[in-house]
Amino acid sequence: MPKLTVDGIEVEVPNGSTVLQACEAAGKEIPRFCYHERLAIAGNCRMCLVEAKPGPPKPQASCALPAADGQEIRTDTLTVKKAREGVMEFLLINHPLDCPICDQGGQCDLQDLAVGYGRGMSRFEENKRAVNEKYMGPLIATAMTRCIQCTRCVRFAEEVAGVEELGTVFRGENMQITAYLDAALTSELSGNVADLCPVGALNHKPYHFESRPWELRRAPAIDVFDAVGTNIHLSSRARQIVRAIPRINDDVNEEWAADKTRYAIDGLYRNRLDRPWVRREGKLQPVDWAEALAVVAERMRAANASVAAVAGALLDAETMAAAKSLLRSVGSDLYEHRQAGHATPTDGLAALRFNSGIAGIEEADAILLVGTNPRWEAPLVNTRLRKAVKTGSTVFAIGERVDLTYPVTWLGEDLSLLGRLPAEVAERFRGASKPAVILGEGATLVEGTLGDALDFANTFNLVREGWNGFNVLSTTASAQGALMLGFAVPGGLAELAARRPEVLFLLGADELELQPFAGAFTVYVGHHGDRGARVADVILPSASYAEKPGTYVNLEGRVQISERAVFPPGDAREDWSIFRALSDLLGTPLPFDTHDQLRARMYAEVPALARINAVAPAPWSVPVAPTGASGRATLPVQDFYLTDPISRASPTMRRCSAEILHGQTMAEAAE
Amino acid sequence: MADASVNDPNHPDIRARWGGFAWTAENRERAAAIIARYPPGRQQSAVMPLLDLAQRQVAEETASGGWLPMPVIEYVARELGMPPMRAYEVATFYTMFNLQPVGRYLVQVCGTTPCMLQGSDDVFAACKAKGLKKGEITHGGLFTLAEVECIGACANAPVVQVNDDNYEDLDFDRTLAILNALERGESPAPGSSTGRQTSCPEGGPTTLRTMAVENHDYRGEWA
Ligand code: SF4
Ligand code: FES
Ligand code: FES
Repeated sequence: MPKLTVDGIEVEVPNGSTVLQACEAAGKEIPRFCYHERLAIAGNCRMCLVEAKPGPPKPQASCALPAADGQEIRTDTLTVKKAREGVMEFLLINHPLDCPICDQGGQCDLQDLAVGYGRGMSRFEENKRAVNEKYMGPLIATAMTRCIQCTRCVRFAEEVAGVEELGTVFRGENMQITAYLDAALTSELSGNVADLCPVGALNHKPYHFESRPWELRRAPAIDVFDAVGTNIHLSSRARQIVRAIPRINDDVNEEWAADKTRYAIDGLYRNRLDRPWVRREGKLQPVDWAEALAVVAERMRAANASVAAVAGALLDAETMAAAKSLLRSVGSDLYEHRQAGHATPTDGLAALRFNSGIAGIEEADAILLVGTNPRWEAPLVNTRLRKAVKTGSTVFAIGERVDLTYPVTWLGEDLSLLGRLPAEVAERFRGASKPAVILGEGATLVEGTLGDALDFANTFNLVREGWNGFNVLSTTASAQGALMLGFAVPGGLAELAARRPEVLFLLGADELELQPFAGAFTVYVGHHGDRGARVADVILPSASYAEKPGTYVNLEGRVQISERAVFPPGDAREDWSIFRALSDLLGTPLPFDTHDQLRARMYAEVPALARINAVAPAPWSVPVAPTGASGRATLPVQDFYLTDPISRASPTMRRCSAEILHGQTMAEAAE
Repeated sequence: MADASVNDPNHPDIRARWGGFAWTAENRERAAAIIARYPPGRQQSAVMPLLDLAQRQVAEETASGGWLPMPVIEYVARELGMPPMRAYEVATFYTMFNLQPVGRYLVQVCGTTPCMLQGSDDVFAACKAKGLKKGEITHGGLFTLAEVECIGACANAPVVQVNDDNYEDLDFDRTLAILNALERGESPAPGSSTGRQTSCPEGGPTTLRTMAVENHDYRGEWA
């Protein structure tokens, strides 16, 4: 632990710290462009200069200088100021200074630091260099003349995203950043490079020329496109969401967000259900709320307790709690959320969640993936796995071969391998100090896999003091919340169908097989005119995740709260209020009149949901599950960009799918 | 500055001509020997010598100057198990890798200060008089002229590097003579064109003169 002084303030920093970190510990702000705490050190912008003693009598780059015992650092001398001003002047020589037409304006590191270190005018009289525009795909807009060659984007692509497609080519004044052969980045994390870019060289293409940061209202929210629970800010302008950017949460998403999180939001304004509809003579007809609710209430009264509900992938816990109350009030317990048809036992929560934790999985030293593609099912879990591999962990996998951006030993596709691992693999797990298994939802769908995996956990002692290596990778934001609320029946969807419900509520559920429910009166409560709405007899328009406050439980069981960013469009209402209104018509009013009251009731029922940001406790208990799986698992996510009603409605996501996954070349519209 | 589009690997011609590039038996051995110089897992360190080897093979195959078509860069990257972007970065960084076709003789005239002071302008004039053009292939595939920065032989300025050889102490006439000789298919002797030995002082030694005759002990003369 080196002890040093920064501007006379004594600080002690952990071994391996840099002088820049020491300065921060002393409360000094160090200007920087290339340094980023989550990327390797490059030391190439020179903005972070400080004076250091002992050392050469000239300013040094603090980000690349190891902190050492007894160092004396000065950040406040005239030399330092002059040196930084010099660096800034050089950076600005070739920078176009086109801030008025640059997306980055108002959130630009260069702009901000120029206030502190820039001179009022330029002494440079030569021509500025100009760099050809580069193509990086449907998500990143480039203006490469603005690039200051900090290489953050290159380092991110290589280190975090694991796609070495960005690079610095040519040298000196001709140096430029480019994607190999100007091809679209094949990463589901590419949007992060635009956030990392300290200037306006890389911008978010879907947000290009949309608005200025100071025009936006931001609401802290939780992403719902996978089960990671990425912390985001939803920014709105004129009652419309214009962008989603990550908030820092080291336990969950660190500082990143997947591309679907960021860019599927344009789907919120396409194909929306903004008024109730009732099917008459085979055709959906627009009606008003009173009429739509009356039709549903009438059917429900006739059906008595023969009412079922299926929850969709994007639902918050409150909606499910309210729906469950409604069904209970008519005497039904037919509610389910596993649209793919899982019938795995739901009594032991721990057997169905990601017990190692998102951050915790980094520590695993031997990992077995079973029927999963974490890169698509949870991109930000995949980055953690990548980190684990970098620090020496070995990854084996059973299932369909996919590129996970790190070396994986593929054992084969047949799930029966789980019960008869090759000797050397078994050896590796026996010797591991933190062994882990990660089961995909496609794998748990195959009868016997869960039991086999539990046996595996038992054989290799995956659950031990201070470590639980048993993980199921949920793919939907609603899954863990639903499990905590008990929004499931033992036999899954098949049981639901077998009970032949007369009225079926689809709560934003669009992925399930509807054939078994033929004949049921279908009520779609949701926000997009997708598969479910198309077959519905009544459509009750509700709020999307951006339009309602909600509680979400992520795949590791972390309870998080999302705020409302905007109001639902048109006549759409928050889901809970729909159920509340229905209950009135049925003559059994639900015991809550506000969202807060609903929450309070939900907390009373499941107290763990009240512990925001904490991982809900799930003591390890091994449920009885059949064993002896064989055959292949189908990966649950077949197209990363099109997984749910919102992303399917998003033009940006459709274009990503076509271009990045299906190799279509897109004509760039002239700008 | 070279523009990647001239060397677009997706251009059907380039793909067709170079997509099937592979080491000759001889070069395969050389490549293996080069790779073996680096510890296992670090074979990517061999990227520079291998790119050079590939460039030389291209020169042989085309019986002209060596250059690196993109598919060839990709081939080297594949051989070393590295992403093509990383090999491409290296190829673009070093000026000795040519990203576009060049003539059989790549005439690199140094124009940096010492050479400039010693008359590199005359050398350029000679090249121009001979009809060489910067960045272009002239004389039926024979010459490409390039202006380069210091090639580290300033003591013999002005200097021209032609492929692997340096021609030094040049002036207008001697440059022309060398170019003419190359055109005739001769291989003019590299080194100083004035006949001085390596970079010894012109007109004999200017310091330590006594030393030139016999072994002289200077120590007594040190103040
Ligand atoms: S594009 Fe942006 S992030 Fe990438 S090197 Fe340039 S300035 Fe840095
Ligand atoms: S931040 Fe230190 S050199 Fe860029
Ligand atoms: S300046 Fe020409 S060789 Fe050094």
